[in-house]
Amino acid sequence: MTAHATMSLEQPAPRAPTLAHLVKEAELGEVPPDDDIPLYAPRRNIYPQSVHGTFRKIKWAVLVITLGIYYLLPFVRWDRGPNAPSQAVLIDFSNRRFYFFFIEIWPQEVYYLTGLLILAAILLFLMNAVAGRIWCGYLCPQTVWTDLFFAIERFVEGDRREHMQRDVRKWTAGTYARKGLKHVLWLIVAWWTGGAWVLYFSDAPTLVKDLATGQAPFIAYAWIGILTVTTYSLAGHMREQVCLYMCPWPRIQAALTDEYALNVTYRYDRGEPRCSVKKAEQLRSQGQPAGDCVDCLQCVHVCPTGVDIRGGANLGCIQCGLCIDACDAIMSKLGRPTGLIAYDTDLNIKQRIEGKKPFFKLVRMRTVLYAGIIALVGGIMLYTLATRDSEGINVIHDRNPMYVRLSDGALRNGYTIRIVNKQLKYRDFIVSVDGLPSTLVDFVGLPPRSDGRQLITVGPDQTKEVRVVVTDYSATPPPASTSILFKLIDIDSGETAEMRDHFFGPG
Amino acid sequence: MAEEHKEIDALTGTATTGHEWDGLRELNTPLPRWWLWLFYITIVWSVGYWIVYPAWPLLTNSTQGAFGYHTRTALLEDLDALKQQRGPMMDKLAGASLAEIVADPQLLDFARAQGRVAFADNCAPCHGAGGGGAKGYPNLNDDEWLWGGKLSDIEQTIRFGARAGDNKGRAGSMPAFGRDNILKPNEISAVADFVRSLSGLSTEAGANLGLGKKVYADNCAICHGPEGKGNRDTGAPNLTDRIWMYGPDKATIVQGIENGRGAVMPNWGGRLSEPTIKALTVYVHTLGGGEK
Repeated sequence: MTAHATMSLEQPAPRAPTLAHLVKEAELGEVPPDDDIPLYAPRRNIYPQSVHGTFRKIKWAVLVITLGIYYLLPFVRWDRGPNAPSQAVLIDFSNRRFYFFFIEIWPQEVYYLTGLLILAAILLFLMNAVAGRIWCGYLCPQTVWTDLFFAIERFVEGDRREHMQRDVRKWTAGTYARKGLKHVLWLIVAWWTGGAWVLYFSDAPTLVKDLATGQAPFIAYAWIGILTVTTYSLAGHMREQVCLYMCPWPRIQAALTDEYALNVTYRYDRGEPRCSVKKAEQLRSQGQPAGDCVDCLQCVHVCPTGVDIRGGANLGCIQCGLCIDACDAIMSKLGRPTGLIAYDTDLNIKQRIEGKKPFFKLVRMRTVLYAGIIALVGGIMLYTLATRDSEGINVIHDRNPMYVRLSDGALRNGYTIRIVNKQLKYRDFIVSVDGLPSTLVDFVGLPPRSDGRQLITVGPDQTKEVRVVVTDYSATPPPASTSILFKLIDIDSGETAEMRDHFFGPG
Repeated sequence: MAEEHKEIDALTGTATTGHEWDGLRELNTPLPRWWLWLFYITIVWSVGYWIVYPAWPLLTNSTQGAFGYHTRTALLEDLDALKQQRGPMMDKLAGASLAEIVADPQLLDFARAQGRVAFADNCAPCHGAGGGGAKGYPNLNDDEWLWGGKLSDIEQTIRFGARAGDNKGRAGSMPAFGRDNILKPNEISAVADFVRSLSGLSTEAGANLGLGKKVYADNCAICHGPEGKGNRDTGAPNLTDRIWMYGPDKATIVQGIENGRGAVMPNWGGRLSEPTIKALTVYVHTLGGGEK
């Protein structure tokens, strides 16, 4: 598109169809009369134009890496031995385990998930404090999949202008064929997306085979169906509507940002006053000020959300940087310096207008604070992960009766203990109870060994519940409550775990 | 109205609805049209509920839904599925003797789990949630058993009950010595003090322990034994230990002698399934007081 074509947007249309009409008709379908302001507005179709440049390359790279991870990760194997699945990343709902390479998480360790969510939130805040909506522009699944769907659309229906023209002309068989093909390709990607999703919840190669032969559980097919529908509708049809109407992050982000955060910014100090190339040359030759913006609208045409960045930062802008690429290409062609649109701040624009030096302040209270919280939470999580015990004991005192008086006057308390074995092999434990002067401890149902101690064998990656009755034979009756210690010992490795509880008496 | 609608807010360039409050005007930012469609779709969707599920009340019934789905039948199906799932272990439990159950750790765990639920459903109202007992209802965690604490004893008590009218049930009760004029009040008082002395409890000042001992030998020893050690055949409790089902204070003991005692335990045979009775037996036995 050239400056010539752009001019027609500004002036009354001399002949039909002008580009301006084309845009209006293609984007809005019908143009409502001016005096009718409806309560419900039709969606504006967006035909983003293809673009080349640094940020486009970054976006392609992010797309390939993130989707590559998403689609292929379930097939990565990780050998854990015979008693555990060999899938590197697996959410095993039926056995209530989460496997992530060398990490295995039990349901009671869901605080790792809490930690991850805190980290994710603060990372989002930090990204925002440094350079605005990096998440929205490059990493958000909605952006990545929509980008992929745009690429498919352009591949089948052509770039912006071709696509728009075909849409407003009388539809031919070819138009229908192209549209049909596009939707088929979209559905294939969407279906594959759902298919990859369910692989995270079951052994991937087995499930692929079962899915293909129709032997997979109904729930697997159902989830593939659900995610096919959501991917197809969100990335194919809803697109920028998700960012504009559904997503809370743009609102939260706007409240969290500050004047130092880098944003995709139109440098109006350089761009204004807008004028045509010729006019600008004329003005400059007369020594009068002329802006670099030639109003070619390339920044608007490449925008996936249909925003005009020259209006300043706004909610619709996901800051993907594609307008920077588009504008840089034009500026290079015109022989003007690039960077009319760039990652910058309004503060710097004002600085330049005042003749001061622009600056970027990375170290600020909020960036330091966010980085500090990330380091702290990450550090705590790493520490707990590194010092995580592979065995554990939980003790529950009987609620009724609190204590039992035996016929000879001795006192007895009953407990239910649960022994946790997080290793992938059988382990033998003994449990001792300390804190009372003269006790007899019986693990109900466990036969005593030759030394009189009762051995508790717990299966690999399992827990075992045992009833324990503790009888106190002290001559002087113990107080109403005595603190006692249950100590678990692995008789092979000597590893221990402890849990405190109480021994109750009449007092 | 049309004129008002056309009013454009100067700052934002957006049309207003024409509504104004104290100089504040409402901007008209139209909702996306698909939003409206979603609303219509939810209405259409709700019609599906009328068709699929029981929905419309009729005179004596309601519409039954297209696929005959009903929460009650769904529940019964779930229960059947649960029974199926437990089937193999229940069969094993039904086929095993009590000794075999206790010897097999897996079966023992299963029996205790089943027993815990059955106990909560059937026994806890009298014996307490954990079998802790209450006044008149024995504590099942301790080591004193009125009718015996072996697996077979416990099973028999559960199956046939005590004083519940079952021929094979536990029988024998404490007579009402006072009410039936067998003993005089002073004799009752004396024997109550004597009984307390058997387990080393204090006696009242001036208590006639000699008379008490004689009354005991004449009336009580036949069931409770000459030394007061009790008799499990008649359910007569051991009077020399520290466990008192009704309480150790003299007034309670006098009350028992005066009016007699005869607590009833229902016979559960026929009411509970055989595997459930076995599970309950094992559960009670493993509460802490089970005898070998």
